[in-house]
Order: sequence, then structure tokens, then C-alpha cells
Amino acid sequence: MLKVETTQTPVEFSAALLATFDDIRSRYPEGKQKSALLPILHAVQAELGWLSAAAMDKVADYLQILPIEVYEVATFYTMYFLRPQGKYMLEVCRTGPCCTVGAEKIMDHIEQTLGVKEGEVTPDGLFSWRGVECLAACGYAPVLQIGPEYTFYENLTTESVDKLINDLKAKI
Amino acid sequence: MGRKLLLQHINVPGINTLEVYRQKGGYTAVEKALKTLTPDEVVEEVKKSGLRGRGGAGFPTGMKWGFLAKPEGVPRYLVCNADESEPGTFKDRYLMTYIPHLLIEGMIVSSFALGAKVSYIYVRGEMMPQIRILEKAIAEAKAAGWLGKNILGTGYDLELYVQPGGGAYICGEETALLESLEGKRGNPRIKPPFPAIAGLYGCPTVVNNVESIAAVVPIINEGGDEYAKLGIGRSTGTKLISASGNLVKPGVYEIDLGLPVEEFIYSDEYCGGIANGKRLKAVVAGGSSVPILPANLILKTVNNEARLMSYESLSDGGFATGTMLGSGGFIAYDEDQCIVRNTWNFARFYHHESCGQCSPCREGTGWMEKVLHRLEYGHGKMADMDLLVDVSKKIEGNTICPLGDAAAWPVASAIRHFRDEFEWHVTNAAEATTRNYGLAGYADPLPELETV
Ligand SMILES: Cc1cc2nc3c(=O)[nH]c(=O)nc-3n(C[C@H](O)[C@H](O)[C@H](O)COP(=O)(O)O)c2cc1C
Ligand code: SF4
Ligand code: FES
Repeated sequence: MLKVETTQTPVEFSAALLATFDDIRSRYPEGKQKSALLPILHAVQAELGWLSAAAMDKVADYLQILPIEVYEVATFYTMYFLRPQGKYMLEVCRTGPCCTVGAEKIMDHIEQTLGVKEGEVTPDGLFSWRGVECLAACGYAPVLQIGPEYTFYENLTTESVDKLINDLKAKI
Repeated sequence: MGRKLLLQHINVPGINTLEVYRQKGGYTAVEKALKTLTPDEVVEEVKKSGLRGRGGAGFPTGMKWGFLAKPEGVPRYLVCNADESEPGTFKDRYLMTYIPHLLIEGMIVSSFALGAKVSYIYVRGEMMPQIRILEKAIAEAKAAGWLGKNILGTGYDLELYVQPGGGAYICGEETALLESLEGKRGNPRIKPPFPAIAGLYGCPTVVNNVESIAAVVPIINEGGDEYAKLGIGRSTGTKLISASGNLVKPGVYEIDLGLPVEEFIYSDEYCGGIANGKRLKAVVAGGSSVPILPANLILKTVNNEARLMSYESLSDGGFATGTMLGSGGFIAYDEDQCIVRNTWNFARFYHHESCGQCSPCREGTGWMEKVLHRLEYGHGKMADMDLLVDVSKKIEGNTICPLGDAAAWPVASAIRHFRDEFEWHVTNAAEATTRNYGLAGYADPLPELETV
């Protein structure tokens, strides 16, 4: 269970993000704007990196629903981060089919390479990693994804993981 | 060689664009349906095709469409289930990535048949790249007049939207999916009422899998009767199989239903055999939720007949010696795989994914995970196997949604067929943490049945 960060540091949403909100809301019938909640939370997370209580309250305000309705959803689904994460969150599939071809070894290797445990952030703020459940890519296992665009990396080996991490570091 | 109805053009460069998709005959099903058929006639073709839901349960699609309530003045919805989270299943992702217009074409024809004016494709949130692909394809289709107002001048209006999920296996269950689409937690609803009566926003709704909806396109193009000629018995048509695990060529294959399992695993046209020259130990044939079978029982039924990839043949023998076609998630395990560890992994998955509404599922999945963990890590007891079976029985059939059953079956079947491996984990606890039990007798020929 992720702990909820409750500090109320005020947040601002960009004009582009607010325009995205309006676009999303237009997809549902009159009065059913709550349907926009999941896609809007994804959009907020893509911009801010995680969902703070203040950000969720603003979403509640926008959708004219209660803040608790947003918290309920944000805590139920695994994709929403309720605490800041590393800039790159490496999400490795840990489910059965991936384990038949070495997913556990990949996770051990990432843990050693990054030097942080599952769910922790590297001191430079760049990386976090965690195991996630079947990503519907079992035929190309082992796999990992990196948000917010959820780019996929397939048929992982320890070498390809090293290269990926180095490439990401070089991007900074 | 089987006929390809869905993946025929998958390797054509640019098939993900409207232009190339059209060149290959795309959107003719929309033209045919909207211009020459009534909605009821489309439903009739789907009924004739014998198509059964490709999401896992195998319920006849045409019959499901026939149940849709049509009260005056109330909107109806079609929702495509693209949540694809069943471990071992990755065919929908494949289809949406490479030939997105096939799904969109299927959505238009199906929405027309059901009288839906707004339809949604609910895609699991992790498939952000596929969501972008679908949104682009929808924009293309709309610009070309295949979506929107007065499609092809027929007076039929349709808007199609893509909805992302938030990362929760349970949202593949259709009523949890509808809750999620309404912006809520993915807690399955108590049925009845079924979605056909009260679904999205309380309105009549059909939920169908990506592959089911895509299959409507060849059904309309060729006619339901033609489609029904493919396959075997009540398993008509073709099926996408997601093959994973220790295979030479894992991947997505379109097969004619009725293909022998042995041919699917070993022929070069399909999986090409077991990787690294190893031997096959076990198979989960229809996604993690269906019973696991040892090599001998997946290749042959107890009557010593070749096991076929069809709804009926895979379930031949019931749960005692059979399994299910499910979602077509075909996971192969070689002789080096540990059944106890795999069962623990699946139990952990179901515990993690239980929505927590029903006590037997919420608590039972947790207990099964714990007991399997201790078996795998050398602290198991001989009584644990019976305990696991007992817990699985207490979950099965006692929950709001079938996730409970889906969690119970893999555990019960693993113990049913691989009990000696579990016992070895107890009697040889130290050794079991350093090496695997191996193939044992799991591939041995089945004992000859006495002929009377
Ligand atoms: C726990 C659970 C998960 C499910 N996941 C999926 C899924 O990811 N995709 C899917 O199409 N159906 C899934 N289903 C089946 C759906 O509830 C539903 O039967 C299906 O979408 C109907 O479509 P079909 O008739 O075209 O197969 C799941 C069912 C359960 C109980
Ligand atoms: S069976 Fe499990 S997942 Fe389904 S409603 Fe009950 S607790 Fe939730
Ligand atoms: S088990 Fe890893 S992608 Fe399916």
C-alpha cells in the first residue's frame, strides 16, 4: 500500500492541461462528467509526476465531485502515484509468464544497479522501480515500461537493462 | 494452413493507416452493413456465425446482442473490453497496435447493430501507446466520414471514444469495467441486473472483447454461414492465441479452432517446439485463470484422443482432466519450471488484484498466497495441500464476480495434477530451495484405458 502524501502544497495546472480536461469531459453525456476522472488523473500525473492531495482537490473542484471521490479512485488503481517517484519509474512485469523466462533476475539486477529497493527513489531523484502485474506482452518477456507515455522495452536481458539505464542517464 | 481472417494483412506496411487499410478492403463491412442490412440483420449474421466471446467466457456473441433491452428514448451503449490483463494474454494489444482500423470498423458495425450512438473502447491504462494509436485511427476514420454524423449518408450517427483504465486486473470484469468507466473504483456489480438491461449509466449496454468485435468484420464481409464453416463443432471461426513461456517462437497466432494442441506447440508454422531443446512439462491453455495441465493431459484427453484447440476439446474431461480455452493465453512450461513457484506467483497475483468486496476472495486469496509462499520457501507442511484445496473450495462459487473462481482454479488444479511436486517441497525442503523437481512423470504416456 502506498502511503498518501497529505501535505497541501498548492499546485497550478497549466493552460494546456486545463484544455485537456475540457476535451476529456466532452466525451461523456451531460451530468456524467465523473467518467472523466481516470483520464484526467493520468493527465495530471503526466504533468506533475504524481498526485498530491492538493492536485486531487483541484480535480474534484473541476469535476464538481467530492474530494473523497477522487481519493477513492486514486488509491484503488495501481497506476496513480500518491508520492513523488523518480523521474523514470521502471515498472517490470513480475507475473508468471514473464518469470518463466527470467523476470525475477531482471528485477534483482535493477535493484543492484540502481542501489535502491522496490518503491524507493535514487538519491539523484532519477530512478525508481517496482514490480507490476502482467502487462499483456508475455510473448516478448521479460518486459518493462516507463511512464508517463508507457514506453515498452521487451525481451530484456541484464545487458539491455544496463544500456537502457545508461541511455536514460545520458539524456539528462 | 489455417485461414487468416483477422491477421491476414497484419504484415502489410502501413496497414495501421486508413489509406492502406482501405486498399486492402477495409471498411467494406461498414458499407455493407449500413447500406444493405438492417441492424437486426447484422445481429442475425453474427448469430449464424456461431461466434463466441473471445474475452474468456465464450458466451455466444449474437445471443448476447439479442438480450439487449431496447426501451424507447433510452440510449444504448457498446463498450469494447480492451483491458487485457489476464496473465498470458496479449492478443488484443497486438491487434490494436498493428491493425487498429479493424477494431474501429468492428465497433462501427457492432454499434450500428445494437443501435448505439456513443461507444467506448476501454483500454487498460498501461497501453498508452495503443491508446494513442486508436485515437489517431479514430481521427482518421472520422475525417473520412466513417464516424460522426450521418455516416455514408445513411442517417446513422456514431461517436467513438477511447477510455484509459488505471491499472487493475479486475476492470476486465465487465461490470467492474463499467464502474471504472463511470469514474469509480473497479468493484464488480451484483448481477442481475445484467449490463444488457442496466449497464453504463444504468442504460442497456453490451460489453465485448476486442477480438470478438474485430471478428464481426469478416463475419459481415463473408456472411455468418461462411464464418461458421471454419473451426470445429460449436467452436466456429478462427481464434487468436497468445503463446508465451518456454517456446521457440512465442507470439500471437491466428488458428482455425480445432487445431491439434501438439501441432500448435511443435510445428514450425506455430510455436516451433520447446525452447533450448527442453521438454514440455505443463501448459496453462487459456490464461492464468484456467486449470493447469501436465504435458501428457494437454496433448491427449484421457480417452487418448488428440487434444484440440477448441472450447469443447480443451474442456474434455471437465476439471478432473481437462481445462478451458479461456482467453487463449497459452503458457508453456519446460522441465526446469517449478509448479509450486508458479502457483505461488499466480496466487500472489490474484491476492493483489482482488477488489476486496467479498470476504472469501479477499481473505482466501491472501491465505493461499501465504501458504504457497511457505511451501515454496521450504517451510511447508504435508497438511498444506489439503488446506489449499479447502480454501479454494471455500472461495469457488461464493463470490460476487468470477475472480474468486479464477483464483481458486489454478491452485486446485496444480495440486490435483502436481501433488508429488508439492509433497517433494515439504519432504525435501532444503533441496527444493536449490533445485527444481524437473519433469518427473508429467509427460509420460497416459495409462491405456481398458477397452470394454
Ligand atoms: C476477473 C476477470 C477479468 C476479466 N478480464 C477480461 C479482459 O481483460 N478482457 C476481456 O475481454 N474480458 C475479460 N473478462 C471477461 C468479461 O467479464 C466479459 O465476459 C467479456 O469482456 C465479454 O466479452 P466477450 O463476450 O466478447 O468475450 C474478465 C472477467 C473476469 C471475471
Ligand atoms: S470475487 Fe474478488 S474481485 Fe470479485 S467482487 Fe468479490 S472480492 Fe472483488
Ligand atoms: S506476464 Fe509479463 S507481460 Fe504478461
